[in-house]
Amino acid sequence: MSREHAIVLRAVLKRFGSLTAIDNLSLDVPSGACVGLLGPNGAGKSTLMRLLTGQAIPDGGTIDVLGHRLPAAARAARARCGVVPQADNLDEELTVAENLLVYARLQRVPRPDRPKAVADALALARLTDRADTPTDELSGGMRRRLLIARGTLHRPDLVLLDEPTVGLDPQIRYDLWTQIEDLKARGVTVLLSTHYMEEAERLSDVVAIMHTGRLAAYGSPRDLIDRHIGTQVIEFSGSRGHLAGVEQQARDAGLTTRRAGSSLTVLGADDAGIFAPAHPVRRAANLEDVFVALTGAQLA
Amino acid sequence: MRTLSAFHPDRIRGTSWVVSPEVVAALVFREWLVFRHVWASVAFGSLLEPVTYFVAFGYGYGALVSELAGLSYLEFIATGTIAIGVLFSSIFPALINGYVRRRVQGLYDGLLSAPVSVAELVTGESLWNALRVTMVALITTLVAVLFGVRFGPGVLLVPVIAIVAGFGFACAGAAFGAMMRSAHQFDFVIVGVIVPMFICAGTFFPIENLPTALRIVALINPLYHCVEILRAAAFGVTSAATTLGHIAVVVGFDAFAWVAGVLLFRNAVID
Repeated sequence: MSREHAIVLRAVLKRFGSLTAIDNLSLDVPSGACVGLLGPNGAGKSTLMRLLTGQAIPDGGTIDVLGHRLPAAARAARARCGVVPQADNLDEELTVAENLLVYARLQRVPRPDRPKAVADALALARLTDRADTPTDELSGGMRRRLLIARGTLHRPDLVLLDEPTVGLDPQIRYDLWTQIEDLKARGVTVLLSTHYMEEAERLSDVVAIMHTGRLAAYGSPRDLIDRHIGTQVIEFSGSRGHLAGVEQQARDAGLTTRRAGSSLTVLGADDAGIFAPAHPVRRAANLEDVFVALTGAQLA
Repeated sequence: MRTLSAFHPDRIRGTSWVVSPEVVAALVFREWLVFRHVWASVAFGSLLEPVTYFVAFGYGYGALVSELAGLSYLEFIATGTIAIGVLFSSIFPALINGYVRRRVQGLYDGLLSAPVSVAELVTGESLWNALRVTMVALITTLVAVLFGVRFGPGVLLVPVIAIVAGFGFACAGAAFGAMMRSAHQFDFVIVGVIVPMFICAGTFFPIENLPTALRIVALINPLYHCVEILRAAAFGVTSAATTLGHIAVVVGFDAFAWVAGVLLFRNAVID
């Protein structure tokens, strides 16, 4: 069944007591696209993921996932979604293969297809020779691979990945990125939340920038950067006094600046005639610059 | 940080009460897979517990007391011990799992990313507990026979009684487990609910011996009614009408515990 949008959110509101976690958020996720949800911790990304699986109930607005209106039809929607959560919730009391088998049954994989589905998932996770290993004996990277394999076992049309590479070393991150790109190549719609700018830029067709429960920007990485920053930014490093001076100069010229550790970045300075800086470094603008320009806050 | 209580009408209306046999079977299958890894410890406990009770009370008190409520003391406590086995083997695992699996392992969050409803989670886990409790009840009955207790033919109904009562206790355990915020709160449930339940139930002594207040506790205690049904089945000492009354209470308790379990569980795992 073809559908223009896999997910449609309209004015979604979610409160926890006096805290508003999702604030009047509207978002469309086109079918077949990979949408990156980029934002710092506390932006509401995980809450949004839980709203999409029906594990949290909105206080306002509407949520449609693959044509199903949540939360009433959450159970039906979940049959066609794959979820790779941030928290590691593998079944600790079972082995690797048993984890996948239970999932195959819960996802209503027909009985004759189950052995192959489990075998394929084990192969995807590269855990075929660890099929009978208790889950609590796996390393972090293996567990994450198993989580992805479990979430995609039933060949879903939409996969939700909540911060999939947090806490993993680079080799495993690249490995997971390849798996996500394989999903994209198969035409699966992917919604990926992250606070890593590089991950969002590299994997997403479209990025939705989130901040304090709201959508700050939406567009392809290239569009967002061009629209809000320009091609390049200038980065300065040096003594505190020197940086303070540069910062003042930039502010006087009406340019936004941001601090990152011991360096200072001046945004939107494509026409660099304004400065005659000592030891400047020009680098390509990125989504982190976009985030700071829009929200005034840091991504991490 | 829930904005609505578990029993708020909006919450009740929003709860999915769908329970499909396919999903319940898959969840019972999961429990069976776990059991295959841990059966030794379960079997050990199930065998040792009734033996301990029989030795302590049967030999110990049996020497002091010869007859109670028309039965020998050994016969009296045999049914009490079966009932206690039913209670402990269903409510404790449900209570502990309801907390550990939920908060420490995050298991239910994982299961809920599949097309499973909270009602199915509670039903599947409680059904497995009830099935396991049936094994415990049978073992206890066998131990009683080995200690010389002579049951009537109605003893064949023990598995049925065990599974029905066990299901209710398991749902109750799940409900309490869902409410717990930390491991320290186990004591509230164990000392505040479970211990009074197994004492004020006519298990080791008739409830007529209790002061009025505690006798009332016994009358609303589903375990008391479970014991009475077991005694009626095993020894035929109660009238049919009274027994039907006890059955009605246990079945009513089952329904109430299931609904409460689902609502409280849902409140605990869905934000």
